[in-house]
Amino acid sequence: MIKTDVVIIGAGPVGLFSVHQLGIKGLKAEVIDNLDKIGGQCIELYPDKPIYDIPAIPECSGKSLTDRLLKQIKPFKANFHLNEKVQELKKDNNLWQIKTNKGKSFISPNVIIAGGVGSFVPRKLPLKELEKFEGKHVFYSVDNKDKFKDKNIAIFGGGDSALDWALELSKIAKVSLIHRRNEFRGTPHTLSELEKLKKDGKILIKTPFQIKSINEGNKLKSITLGDDDGKKENIEADTILCFFGLIMQLGPIAEWDLNINKKVIPVNTQNFETNKKGIFAVGDICTYPGKLKLILSGFHEAALASVECFKRARPNEKYRFQFTTSSKEIQERLGVIKKIDD
Amino acid sequence: MPKITYIESSGKSKTVDVSSGLSVMEGAIQNNIPGIDADCGGSMACATCHVYVQEEWFNKLSKPEDGEQDMLDMAFEPKKNSRLSCQILVSDELDGLIVTTPTKQT
Repeated sequence: MIKTDVVIIGAGPVGLFSVHQLGIKGLKAEVIDNLDKIGGQCIELYPDKPIYDIPAIPECSGKSLTDRLLKQIKPFKANFHLNEKVQELKKDNNLWQIKTNKGKSFISPNVIIAGGVGSFVPRKLPLKELEKFEGKHVFYSVDNKDKFKDKNIAIFGGGDSALDWALELSKIAKVSLIHRRNEFRGTPHTLSELEKLKKDGKILIKTPFQIKSINEGNKLKSITLGDDDGKKENIEADTILCFFGLIMQLGPIAEWDLNINKKVIPVNTQNFETNKKGIFAVGDICTYPGKLKLILSGFHEAALASVECFKRARPNEKYRFQFTTSSKEIQERLGVIKKIDD
Repeated sequence: MPKITYIESSGKSKTVDVSSGLSVMEGAIQNNIPGIDADCGGSMACATCHVYVQEEWFNKLSKPEDGEQDMLDMAFEPKKNSRLSCQILVSDELDGLIVTTPTKQT
């Protein structure tokens, strides 16, 4: 059981800045995120896309914003629990108990939900029948390419992941690449490699096609593709790989009685507390009159939530508002001046 | 104010006034139109505001940019007339626009 002042769910920009705002108040945070890396949507959806509305940073990318935030919160040594999903939230007197899918548990007076629009899960093919094959014949990522050796693989998608794996797996298996339109999105090098393999008959490219059905009910041997005009084609496939990116799912948060409506959690704008004492929601996941889904709004929300977190974590201390420019205490916590009693 | 008609996959339709300058996605959210999730809030990063634009209107819209096409690749059952509703800006010229929402967004 990990005891901490605050558990933060979500390691996106707002979760990260929460660490900062808590840290300068002397509070310790543990951060849990379902992704295998820090940065949330900024890293997963738009690492290279420019952002122009972070105050005092005229232009940065999702990646560089994350890097800057990580640098800014470094002094506070928050622990990150990546690749872990919060599964359970239980009240324990004035505290909250949190359990993850990996069996880790936390106990804390405060939980800040900075979960964006939920956790990322792979977007699936629109055929229900494929579910029973998932993990055996239908995959949304490649962890070990050896298991694809000598298979007859249908790869769906037209972006980098689909192209890269089509090229790679064509060396050890029979690959068909299926995409809904004729254009692929990849580096010029990848596209010319693909063209070469196609010419040499080492890869089968089917466009503009999408999956319509699987032909054998309980076995995966061949599938039917169709285009927008009703044209159909059968191709052999005993394995399907689908690269349609990620979608966001709220997951267990939806079951915590937080009055969620349309995937967002209503909060009190004084402290960004939800309807449950000690549970806060900041960033894209919270809502209130006038809410804007901007990173900068999330930063403000995190600052206010951190004050209430302090009051709950240190009920016997008085909260004092302090500026980073003048507070010795904060500067000590930031490590920019030495502790006086050191 | 331009009128936009949203038709659900079940066939149920609703026509609402949407101010010029808003996106077709925003018009849907403000008027509680079901079937448009818009998870990313309109930053062309999620493909959950996917709609089918009625043929006659589809050609009147400005062409989707590459980023939108790339996102549509990931949408649920995209078709030739698929668009992301967050990228269609409402204007007087689009008065009467009809879009259909897919059976689901994810």
